[in-house]
Amino acid sequence: MGIVQKTDKSIPEKTTFVVALAGNPNSGKTTIFNALTGSRQRVGNYGGVTVETREGVLRHGDIRLRIIDLPGTYSLSAYSIEEIVARDFIIQEQPDVVVNVVDGSNLERNLYLSVQLAEMGTKMVVALNMADEMRQKGLRVDLKALGRTLGAPVIPTIGTRRHGIDRLVDNIIAIACGELDALKPARVNYGKDVNAEVEKLAELINAGQADTVARQARQAASSSWVALKLLENDNVLAEKVHRCVTCEAVRDQVHLSRQRLTNLYGDDAETLITEHRYGHAHGIARQVMRRSVRAKIELSDRIDAVLTHRVLGLPIFAVLMYLTFWLVFTLGSPPMEWIKAGTGALSNWVAGQWTAQTLPLVRSLVLDGVIAGVGGVIVFLPNIMLLFLAIALLEDTGYMARAAFLVDRLMKWVGLHGKSFIPMLIGFGCTVPGILGTRVLDNRRDRMTTMLVLPLMSCGARLPIYMLISRAFFTANEAALAVFAMYIVGIVLAIVLAKLMRITIFRGQAAPFVMELPPYRRPTLLSLALHMWQRSWHYLKKAGTIILAISILLWAMMAFPHFTPDPTANLTDKQVAQKQLERSWAGRIGRILEPLTRPLGFDWKINTAMIGAIGAKEVFVSQMGMVYAMGEQEEADSVQLRENLHRDYSPLTGICVMLFCLISAPCMATVAVVRRESGSWAWALGQWIGLTILAYGITLVVYQIGQWLNVGMG
Amino acid sequence: MNDAVRLSQLEPGAKGRIVKIEAQSLIRRRLLEMGLVRGAEVTKVKLAPLADPAEYIVAGSHVSLRREEAWDVLVEPL
Repeated sequence: MGIVQKTDKSIPEKTTFVVALAGNPNSGKTTIFNALTGSRQRVGNYGGVTVETREGVLRHGDIRLRIIDLPGTYSLSAYSIEEIVARDFIIQEQPDVVVNVVDGSNLERNLYLSVQLAEMGTKMVVALNMADEMRQKGLRVDLKALGRTLGAPVIPTIGTRRHGIDRLVDNIIAIACGELDALKPARVNYGKDVNAEVEKLAELINAGQADTVARQARQAASSSWVALKLLENDNVLAEKVHRCVTCEAVRDQVHLSRQRLTNLYGDDAETLITEHRYGHAHGIARQVMRRSVRAKIELSDRIDAVLTHRVLGLPIFAVLMYLTFWLVFTLGSPPMEWIKAGTGALSNWVAGQWTAQTLPLVRSLVLDGVIAGVGGVIVFLPNIMLLFLAIALLEDTGYMARAAFLVDRLMKWVGLHGKSFIPMLIGFGCTVPGILGTRVLDNRRDRMTTMLVLPLMSCGARLPIYMLISRAFFTANEAALAVFAMYIVGIVLAIVLAKLMRITIFRGQAAPFVMELPPYRRPTLLSLALHMWQRSWHYLKKAGTIILAISILLWAMMAFPHFTPDPTANLTDKQVAQKQLERSWAGRIGRILEPLTRPLGFDWKINTAMIGAIGAKEVFVSQMGMVYAMGEQEEADSVQLRENLHRDYSPLTGICVMLFCLISAPCMATVAVVRRESGSWAWALGQWIGLTILAYGITLVVYQIGQWLNVGMG
Repeated sequence: MNDAVRLSQLEPGAKGRIVKIEAQSLIRRRLLEMGLVRGAEVTKVKLAPLADPAEYIVAGSHVSLRREEAWDVLVEPL
């Protein structure tokens, strides 16, 4: 198997080995990872970028294997974050062994990556995965021959059923301990012209003129690997050469060599190199693979014929999307109610134990700040867990790529990727899981655009506001129309903004849509459960702390300065709450903002309620109730509150309130997840401020024109 | 290369061999990485319900390309 057995079996000095898993997307890499580590794993973000890496530990006697699941990539060039993360890990962390997971049912394309890994000169074990699918397809692979060309042992595996995992582990340890020596892989022949240029460059690098590059080379692989990468116009390495002063000779030579190859072949060097490497992979595949039986039409193709059918495809998609929505929100709604009831009960219990006379401020902080804040974090948990379950299902079965295939034409029109559709749809339920759902997008620009316009999808928390306001001013029919109009306004604005961002901040070449349509596969329970759990836990940890902090801040704005009622005034609790809110910072700011918001038709009461809505949109309704000194529970249906609103404001103001609530200031949970998912506060706050300014502008125009035309003033 | 056509112009079910890729930079790179290299055989499987994108088989795997991406790939029909 391309291995030489060493005679002396010295005891390894090192007992912890670092093992990196590399492989194509959809190669079953994650199932191998799960099979190796079980549930002893955690999700991490690599170096602050949004690419997920996962890490787990496997103990085998005295030996501890630290296993890192690198992002799935088709290549190791430096063109996408995933590729850079995977490659940097191999170069910088120098894992003891790289396990290359290869989808045996799709050998040629997978071998392209294997060839690159072999070129890097890392110690490697190949897991030839999907052995079951290969058998179904009638494919047989000559393991010895494959091992020889790649210079690594090849172990057939079925990750979903743990087949071959023990042998894989044995081989990893044997390679790591040096008990097995890897043979040199077969070299890719790039043709004499490319080879000549590689040699020239490698010599310059070896000559030590380019010390940074040389260090890089010594660290990672041979100097000819660095030379090859430089010829391929590798961004990361080119950047290093560009910055290093002593690298001028190398830099000039790279330029000359690339020029020469282009003149000779009329194609750039990276194309030439890729072609030869693919030729090499193609050659290996042809050499080692035999098809024993004539392939029947595969089950996967038959499923696909229905699911992406020209006529049936879209209706089936609509049904599946409805089911996704149903799963996330309808099924998630009872546990959400339990959580609300639970935090409510806890709050009541604490309130019962802790009389209002002792430390009233601390009491209020605990009740309205901490318990309400924690409640605000965990209340999303059922939705989020179910969303991640739905996404894991869609991704693991292979349908996600088909969904993108089906609706890409629509999304392209907006300037987005087909995969943006699902997070957008989820956004109508709740923006927070919608933003977490943008993880399905591989391209950062698509992901950021989707994330930034997502709050414009009218989420579930906008509905109580729409219901309160629309029914206060309109008949049932008109109200339905007004609410529907709000949804449409949000969608239209999202489209316009997405298009606008495409020609401004996210300008430049469109991201390639080029997307693999993987075979349909049955997901494993373990993988679904792990996905759901890990991602949800991550949300709790990262977004949760921010949400909690903002809720305490908002609490402070409503609680200070503290209002002490005059005992002789005999105020009811509701009246005390009203006075407290009116005199609090929130109330004062509401008043201060009055001159600014009067052109929108808002007075201080609406402003104050809007400040409350910064925490969570639906708070607007209860704040409005508080302003009118009403109870907290029945506001949305409260006839009295509606009558008050009807008396104090015009229908035009009502429309403007709905518009402003739709467009402005995404809730704090959204801010927290955007911060986390985009990796920077700048995006989260930029979005918040941008949307608020936009809301102001649009509401201003609507109110002023409405007034001028004398519409909705009655 | 006289009879070369655009990959996007192939009829569903038709096959072609790639003779040239005209796409630039990032898209070119992605196409190459997915196995759309000179000399590779490509089969057009079907169009999406809204007539774009289309599904192709190349290097043994199914790949979805938008019309403008497939336009930049020249093939000789087989």
